[in-house]
Amino acid sequence: MTGYTYTVFIILIPLVMFLVTGLLGMKWRPIVSGLLGTIGMGTSWALSLMTAGSYFFGGAHHAEGFQSIIPFELTWLRFTETLIIKMGILLDPISVMMLVVITTISFMVHLYSLGYMHGEKGFQRFYAFLSLFTFSMLGLVIATNIFQMYIFWELVGVSSFLLIGFYYQKPSAVSASKKAFIVTRFADLGFLIGILILSFVTGTFDFAKLTEPGTAIFGSAASMSFMGISAMTWAMTLIFIGGAGKSAMFPLHIWLPDAMEGPTPVSALIHAATMVVAGVFLVARMFPVIHFQAPAAQEIIGYVGGFTSLFAAVIAITQYDIKRVLAFSTLSQLGYMMLALGVSGYGGEEGLGYMASMFHLFTHAMFKALLFLGAGSIIHAVHSNYMYDMGGLRKYLPITHITFLIACLTIAGVPFLSGFFSKDEILVAALHHNKILFAVEFIVAGLTAFYMFRLYFSVFWGKDRHYHHTPHESPLVMTIPLMFLAVASIFAGYIPFHHLVTSDKIGFATEMNYMVAVPSVLIGLFGIAMAWILYKKESDVPAKLAKSWGILYTATYNKFYWDEIYLFVTRKIIFNYISRPIAWFDRHIIDGFMVGIGLVTEKVSYQIKGMQSGQLQHYAFMFVAGTLALALSMIYFLM
Amino acid sequence: MNILTLLVVIPVLTIIAILFTKDLKGARMASAVGMGIQLITTAVLLFMYLGARKTGDMHEMLFTADYTWFKSLNIHYFIGVDGIAVAMLCLTSIVVFAGIFASWEMEYLSREFFISLILLATGVYGFFISLDLFTMFLFYEVAVIPMYLLIGIWGSGPKESSAMKLTLMLMGGSALLMVGIFGIYYNSAPDGGPLTFNILEIAKIQMPVEAQRFFFPFTFVGFGILGALFPFHTWSPDGHASAPTAVSMLHAGVLMKLGGYGCFRVAMFLMPQAAQEMAWIFIILTTISVVYGAFGAIWQKDLKFINAYSSVSHCGLVIFALLMMNQTAMDGAILQMISHGLMTALFFALIGMIYGRTHTRNVTEMGGLMKVIPFLAVVYMIAGFASLGLPGLSGFVAEMTVFVGAFQHTDMFHRVVTVIVASSIVITAVYILRVVGMMLLGPIKDKHHEHLEDAKWFEKLSTVTLVLAVAAIGIAPLWLSDIILSSLKPIVDKLAMVIPF
Repeated sequence: MTGYTYTVFIILIPLVMFLVTGLLGMKWRPIVSGLLGTIGMGTSWALSLMTAGSYFFGGAHHAEGFQSIIPFELTWLRFTETLIIKMGILLDPISVMMLVVITTISFMVHLYSLGYMHGEKGFQRFYAFLSLFTFSMLGLVIATNIFQMYIFWELVGVSSFLLIGFYYQKPSAVSASKKAFIVTRFADLGFLIGILILSFVTGTFDFAKLTEPGTAIFGSAASMSFMGISAMTWAMTLIFIGGAGKSAMFPLHIWLPDAMEGPTPVSALIHAATMVVAGVFLVARMFPVIHFQAPAAQEIIGYVGGFTSLFAAVIAITQYDIKRVLAFSTLSQLGYMMLALGVSGYGGEEGLGYMASMFHLFTHAMFKALLFLGAGSIIHAVHSNYMYDMGGLRKYLPITHITFLIACLTIAGVPFLSGFFSKDEILVAALHHNKILFAVEFIVAGLTAFYMFRLYFSVFWGKDRHYHHTPHESPLVMTIPLMFLAVASIFAGYIPFHHLVTSDKIGFATEMNYMVAVPSVLIGLFGIAMAWILYKKESDVPAKLAKSWGILYTATYNKFYWDEIYLFVTRKIIFNYISRPIAWFDRHIIDGFMVGIGLVTEKVSYQIKGMQSGQLQHYAFMFVAGTLALALSMIYFLM
Repeated sequence: MNILTLLVVIPVLTIIAILFTKDLKGARMASAVGMGIQLITTAVLLFMYLGARKTGDMHEMLFTADYTWFKSLNIHYFIGVDGIAVAMLCLTSIVVFAGIFASWEMEYLSREFFISLILLATGVYGFFISLDLFTMFLFYEVAVIPMYLLIGIWGSGPKESSAMKLTLMLMGGSALLMVGIFGIYYNSAPDGGPLTFNILEIAKIQMPVEAQRFFFPFTFVGFGILGALFPFHTWSPDGHASAPTAVSMLHAGVLMKLGGYGCFRVAMFLMPQAAQEMAWIFIILTTISVVYGAFGAIWQKDLKFINAYSSVSHCGLVIFALLMMNQTAMDGAILQMISHGLMTALFFALIGMIYGRTHTRNVTEMGGLMKVIPFLAVVYMIAGFASLGLPGLSGFVAEMTVFVGAFQHTDMFHRVVTVIVASSIVITAVYILRVVGMMLLGPIKDKHHEHLEDAKWFEKLSTVTLVLAVAAIGIAPLWLSDIILSSLKPIVDKLAMVIPF
């Protein structure tokens, strides 16, 4: 199949835009870089939609499911005869879906940023980094082999680092970017070791060979184990750690809330819609391997996902920074997706969880990007991130208000909006496989509705604050993306995912499970109602409630002190108790020893230098005495 | 004339040319022209090598030439290169070229400075082309000795004692090395016949195993000291901290590679049995090097110390990979030598340039330099990313090749050390980002730094040359890796003939 060669341009355009705006951008007027980037991204978006259209509704569909197509591939580096890193493009349902997600959100963010970042210093740099990020993220999803994925995985990490630290003169942004990079890097170490084990066992990096059902390459794996756990379980768990780092699963979640230091469009693109789902995508990509070769790892994935979603939803209730509320909400939703993969089977209806996870990934990208861009619009208007600086904004920001409300309703799972469909599928999948996780997710559904509407009511209702100037609606270039994403959030649920993106690439039929749908809608509405009662009109009830929870509230507000724990480990243990002693040991013991050798040599030669006095009598005396001593000893020993 | 001999002759002619110049301007011009020609010659050599291989010349060494110069001991001026040597020569030319431009404004005794610097380079070129142990050793000494003068005269801080420490420790290494080389020489003809220093000849026979066991540690440690093998690395932080910019660049970028190169070309290639037997000791030492160096770097405040410890970590990885003794890992070792050579030279160049502006190397006293000297700051970040192994830059290619290669061993010992060594990628990220965060980002700390001048043309030329090389390897590593892989075959075959213990 060579019909898809043009897909190369989807990824090349952002790369070229990065190089061009990165190297030449500062010589132009800022807006040129912005427009160039936006137009380039628009082209990529159009090409992606074209690819998706022809892939899903064109020639790739066969009775035995969707084909995997590799329109382009070249050898990048050769390790051994079989272990070869290639750079290529793999088109299959999940990668084509991701192309659409990434380019859509990226284009919207490019457009939105023309308004949001207007007049910022480093406007060109911002667009250059956005292009770099988009390039890396696209490279990640179309990877034909796991090493290519790892390469782009790292590039995604660094573009995230650069964008979080965009305001590089702000110490908090610098430390947030550093934290994000190091935490994900630590997770990537797991990913890397996982790749090493996997490639050693199977002798290949290629996804095509790894994920082929019923493949024989795992033949030798059964005999290998370490500490009583099979090699494949190790490999898959370690690879999942990599995914958990990027998708900010507990306990590697700590970098994501801090990452909100970046400009808000970046949060929408990277830390809500695209990069953070890379971990989910990774697990989905490796799904057949995980499911068949390492069921224990799949269990772990399910529970980690479930716990993260609950943990984050609880914290989200107590936060006041709107971006942090949204960040914890993202964590919670990512937990949903992971959990769905954790409880999924393979093939047909068994694979419901897989399909639901990808479905939710898609709808979540739309409504969460909308929420973040909406938050950006609010922040743009009131110049603050904090909910207590906001109130009554619905009159000033009508478009933002309506679109934000749509997004809130979508995430709360109100019927006929996209979030309802995808969340419902996850709950059904969970109910079939694991009742505990189902219960957790059911509660989280209520919590989600509550914290989102707590946010919504406090921002748009209640009393006006003392604004520096009257808040005004954002320009059209910012509201158009909002309106587009609002429409997408409403209608994305009607895409027939169960025919398009499934675990074995073969479609299956689903129907509404009212046993799950009705209660989940009710608990969502209950959450909304609670928020309405507590936050619609400003009162001191929430504060009193918070007080009555006492220490539990404080702990939640402080995110259960995970940041402090990490700080303790890094600052105290690694810096003070490992690094510092090593530095001291090196300077004083090892170097001291080397210097000691020098000193000893010096002292000894000082002591014996008297022998070389230069006086002839002295030498003569030594000569005679030596001869005598030799002669005497010879007489003594030989006689 | 043989193109390889030309590589030694051009620097010598450049030195003579500098002798006829009067001042800084003349001296630097002569050096730049000379080393520019040298860079072109090396590029020509590279293309000639590729061309010869393409036409199917499968000799182990190409462009060989052989002249006897000390008949009674059978010492020859025997030269020739394989792909690895060509790659190392390219590295040398790039670093020397960048180094000349990094010391463009060396006012003090400038002629003498450039002469010593190029003399050092001459030794390095001679070392990489030699195939005769004695000639190789001779060039090795030519490269090491000017270092004493360069640090002692043009250095900073406690320069005399640093120069002394560095020279004495390296001389200690030379002493061990000499014992090793003579040991090899006297065992080069176990079945009678003339003794020889010729590496290719010795490789054909098998040295007696007892002799290998005795002389392998001498040779390996002798070279290892120059390659910053733990615990013989302490000359490195002091030496680098005191050395002038170009000397640090050359020393960390090229001279330390002599150690790694010698380790496999001489010690392991000629004494494979002993190498197999004793590998585990050195694997443990280098594993310590890698992690220890990285942790050591976290606590440092002086930029040069940070980079010196980082070099201990990265060079440890070179010897670690060599000792894995399979084609992939050794390929990674060579790539790591080249990659580290380029990026550490870049680091030292930048540190010199930053020091020249801020007059401090203490990271805690700097901050927010990104705003005032964006060019240097961005290049510093690129160097940092290369160092922490970002894909698209050379460090990633080298490290991944090492890790994948090392993991091909089936036993637990090799796997565990590989995982330990791989964990250094996280620690590296910590110390690199710490420096970047403190020094380049954040608000400006010192008011005097508000009006610094960004890079001048020669500084840009110097750093951009290195950045381009780092990126070229990182983006398209296949050609380089293939050259190295095919050249490694005889060495790996010889090591593999021995049944592991």
